[in-house]
Amino acid sequence: MARSFYGVELENSLMLGTAQYPSPAILAEAFETSGAAVATVSLRREGGADGSGQDFWRLIQNLNVRVLPNTAGCHSVKEAVTTAQMAREVFETNWIKLEVIGHDDTLQPDVFALVVAAEELTKLGFNVFPYCTEDLTVAERLVNAGCEVLMPWGSPIGSGLGLNNEYGLRTLRAHFPDIPLVIDAGLGVPSHAGKAMEMGFDAVLLNTAVAKAGDPVAMAAAFALAIEAGRLAKEADPMEPRDMASPSTPVIGKAFL
Amino acid sequence: MKIQINGEARDVRGPMLADALEELGYDGKVATAVNEAFVAKTQRAAFVLNDGDRVEVVAPKQGG
Repeated sequence: MARSFYGVELENSLMLGTAQYPSPAILAEAFETSGAAVATVSLRREGGADGSGQDFWRLIQNLNVRVLPNTAGCHSVKEAVTTAQMAREVFETNWIKLEVIGHDDTLQPDVFALVVAAEELTKLGFNVFPYCTEDLTVAERLVNAGCEVLMPWGSPIGSGLGLNNEYGLRTLRAHFPDIPLVIDAGLGVPSHAGKAMEMGFDAVLLNTAVAKAGDPVAMAAAFALAIEAGRLAKEADPMEPRDMASPSTPVIGKAFL
Repeated sequence: MKIQINGEARDVRGPMLADALEELGYDGKVATAVNEAFVAKTQRAAFVLNDGDRVEVVAPKQGG
């Protein structure tokens, strides 16, 4: 079942970043091969006539995907809100991936500022996708602030460590059965994404794992397959694990030898 | 008039933000903030710059 993100049903569950690729052509091919439904983008200072931003904008438009601008690198509510306003004008979307960074080493969100910024942006008419942790209380505050989507981290941005706290993420999923949840950050290999989907998450957002792979296009395809496998598995209702063995071949009717 | 554009000191005729941007060659998809406050595209023509103003001009870039 496709999950609605602020009223938009995405064709698949892959949200892909646009940074760190070896070339624009490889970026475009990774999107085409994986069929990613959403591209994350950012805003940075532009140097005047013929700035590189304009070429990048044309490239993104040609991808024909939904654009999710971020507030990457913002450390305060004011910085994040102003960045979001600039992003809305440039990218012509109310969607904003809200990042308010609290620690430079872990890029862990400042969840206190995040809630305040989410509230302000919601009032300004934004559709906020908050980059958060798996903390239930923070998640509740974000939902109360108006967030209709949550994006908990798997592990620190760019670390490739996968799902660091499966218990916490499972709890979050169980606590918010009706809120679209996206695992954002920290995924390293396709099995991490498959696992997230098997756990019932609605989508995954990744960048470094694809862009920094030896073959980004092949890795993008691998992630797309893993996400689809995980999604199908969740829908198929997996068996419960058990500690003891249980024979799969019937015992009754075995020859008495 | 002396202002800061993206952290660099620049001399522009001004005084309107839209004129300063045109003078500096910005004609693509950009967003602006002056002294850390967002200035919408529709406000640029009437937005008066002052000496020492800090102008940020940003454009689409790669992001995760």
